[in-house]
Amino acid sequence: MFDSLQDRFGTLFRNLTGKGKISESNVRDAMKEVRTALLEADVHFDVVNQFVSDVTQKALGTEVLASVEPGQQMIKIVYDELCNLMGTAAEDSGSAARIMFVEPGPTIIMMCGLQGSGKTTTCGKLALYLKSKGKNPLLVAADLQRPAAIDQLHTLGQQTEVPVYSERENKNPVQVCRNAVDFAKKNGRDVIILDTAGRLHIDEVLMAELRAVNLQVHPHQIFLVVDAMVGQDAVNSAKAFNQQLELDGVILTKFDSDTRGGAALSVKTITGKPIKFIGVGEKLPDLEEFHPERIAQRMLGMGDILTLVEKAQAEFDETKALKLQEKMAKAQFTLDDFLEQMRTVRKMGPLKQLMGLLPGIGSALKDIELPEAELDKTEAIISSMNRKEREDPDIMDGSRRRRIAKGSGVQVEDVSRLIKGFSAARDMAKKMSGLSMGSRMKMAQAMSSMDMSKLGAGSAGLPSFGGGGQQKQSKLSPEQKRKLRQKRLRGK
Amino acid sequence: MAFDFLKKALTKTTGALAASVDKLKTGLTKTRDVFVGGLKSLLRGRKLDQQLLDELEQRLITSDLGVKATLKIMEDLNAAWHAGKITSGDEVLDFLKAEMKGYWPVETRALKFASSGPTVILVTGINGAGKTTSIAKLGQYLKGQGKTVMVAACDTFRAAAVEQLSIWAQRIDVQIVKHQMGSDPAAVAFDACDAALARNIDVLIVDTAGRLHTQEHLMRELSKIRKVIDKRIPGAPHEVLLVLDATTGQNAIRQAEEFLKAVQVSGIFLAKLDGTAKGGIVIAIRHQLGLPVKFVGIGETPEDIEPFDPEVFVEALFAEEESQPRSP
Repeated sequence: MFDSLQDRFGTLFRNLTGKGKISESNVRDAMKEVRTALLEADVHFDVVNQFVSDVTQKALGTEVLASVEPGQQMIKIVYDELCNLMGTAAEDSGSAARIMFVEPGPTIIMMCGLQGSGKTTTCGKLALYLKSKGKNPLLVAADLQRPAAIDQLHTLGQQTEVPVYSERENKNPVQVCRNAVDFAKKNGRDVIILDTAGRLHIDEVLMAELRAVNLQVHPHQIFLVVDAMVGQDAVNSAKAFNQQLELDGVILTKFDSDTRGGAALSVKTITGKPIKFIGVGEKLPDLEEFHPERIAQRMLGMGDILTLVEKAQAEFDETKALKLQEKMAKAQFTLDDFLEQMRTVRKMGPLKQLMGLLPGIGSALKDIELPEAELDKTEAIISSMNRKEREDPDIMDGSRRRRIAKGSGVQVEDVSRLIKGFSAARDMAKKMSGLSMGSRMKMAQAMSSMDMSKLGAGSAGLPSFGGGGQQKQSKLSPEQKRKLRQKRLRGK
Repeated sequence: MAFDFLKKALTKTTGALAASVDKLKTGLTKTRDVFVGGLKSLLRGRKLDQQLLDELEQRLITSDLGVKATLKIMEDLNAAWHAGKITSGDEVLDFLKAEMKGYWPVETRALKFASSGPTVILVTGINGAGKTTSIAKLGQYLKGQGKTVMVAACDTFRAAAVEQLSIWAQRIDVQIVKHQMGSDPAAVAFDACDAALARNIDVLIVDTAGRLHTQEHLMRELSKIRKVIDKRIPGAPHEVLLVLDATTGQNAIRQAEEFLKAVQVSGIFLAKLDGTAKGGIVIAIRHQLGLPVKFVGIGETPEDIEPFDPEVFVEALFAEEESQPRSP
């Protein structure tokens, strides 16, 4: 994601870094490049021009600090302006403010958007999100236009174990929504999600229907669902919906595509409404809260450690981790444990996506194929072993190896390589067990509670946390690495 | 040269052309009003100067033409201006019309049919592009040409996708091959090929699950579907259509590139061109990819499909509307 923007900003800042100070001519040249990059990224024309003039003005008005490289100073300015475009810190005050709940309930949330933007899927994702927050949502099938839209919502209801209210014979969405509210009250559901029909914003009849739902059902929150890859027209449709319905927020879908962030950067400025969530995958848990500063960091190629840590925490089971730690300490770490660990990491998302969150890695990763296939192979090999072999790979003789290779469709050498690598890893784990898993977890938690805006406050601070992240990738000291190498050589 | 195209365009406006233009005109009303209507009110009666060029550039970019295509047009326009060939806004309008027509080389946009046996059309695209609706339109269109049509429900992933296609199949009265949700899409495709052969079907249209072009494993799944079809009916699929949402921005180019790599796309079905989209992406696609746009979708009923003809398209875009109030 954001590859192109990252590249452009990267070149721009490198060029400036060599120069002694920010001058009018080098800023203007650089901003010309930025302008093209933003336009190619589908950022709206007016927003681009405003952005370029704001950054230029700030850059030229800023006193050059003797201690800071002009490139870094420029990064800070661009970073601030990018954040401004996507929402202010006040709007991003944690998950509590994502959705305003009313007392007494039920809180009614209305979803609207163009056809194909992903409304129905997002309804399902939102229901799951609300469930995880301890709410009892109800999904309402108010899309009476698209064939099988009701069936789709029912399927999503089954998958998320959230009840779905629908009336197949009723052709009046206002009535359906009203009845749904009564149903929710009687059945103790405290949040109602209305899935309305997709429509073109110029379709007067359908827009009138939305207005009627709004006036007669009185939703407490109205969210506009927007495809992250939408072009310059995003502005017109967002504006039209906002005029008709007075939106409360925007949900950007398909954010896991290679969108260059045009919609993310335009929609807030155009509607004045914050982006609340982003959809980042096909599966139902793939809904993330939107944090402008994190996206700005990703756009500038600084990575997004916070999201990575959160993903890790979501998949990580602390009791399991402690057990594993004990096993490691006693060198009882088995191939089964290894498989589980690998699966936990892979559950967090595709490797490429995860690596992209690491500072300084994103743009370097563009053309590299990550060895997802190798991991598949490893999983297959381990799956072909019996329990005894998984627990004690040392018993593996030639005949076992041949059998496993056959079973998993690989070469015998692949099996041998895996076993060798595993043995080395197990020995290493024993060594590292001095550093407890608990303390590693604590480290992660401390990072997630860090206030990134404070880090960015000093003009030199921003690039520095990129560096900090990079150091963390390598957990071994040079001394440890040397020892490991020796050990591996001895093993041969 | 650009002006040759203009001449050609003017002399070629025959009766048949006019009929197509009329139909497209209705579908493209909004596009025309916003894009060309805007261009007209911008350009009419003005002298060509730097100010006007800047405003024009903005107009083209906000119409999703893309930076590259816009720069190319602006360059050509600048050259013509400096050479003294163009001096007024009205001439710019003619220039644009000719330039846009000039983007399309002579190429065949007709569907390719199998010489014998069923023709297979594989339909792909990202989530929400409008694949299923486009298939209904395509089915209706082919039926109208006297062909027997069958659809294959290979989107076994998205909730209720099979139901959605079934409803369309019923509405346009064509046969459908489907499996359970969650089953292997390649297996559905294989069975559909079998059924099409056994029942002497003329055209089999294969629906696939929407997938983001960035999901490598899903793109591989698509390649597999293509391979399986080829295995059952050698030489098939005869057409691989990529459905693009006309409101998509420059990302459409990336989508096309990736799908081209995975399944050798042979043409584009541009959906949702009615309403709000300014259609500039058609020009961006032509400019950067060289893939033919074969059909455009311009409404919500199965009849709302048009074979794409750039000349007709540009004609319809720039067509005069008698009742349209002239801008001051």
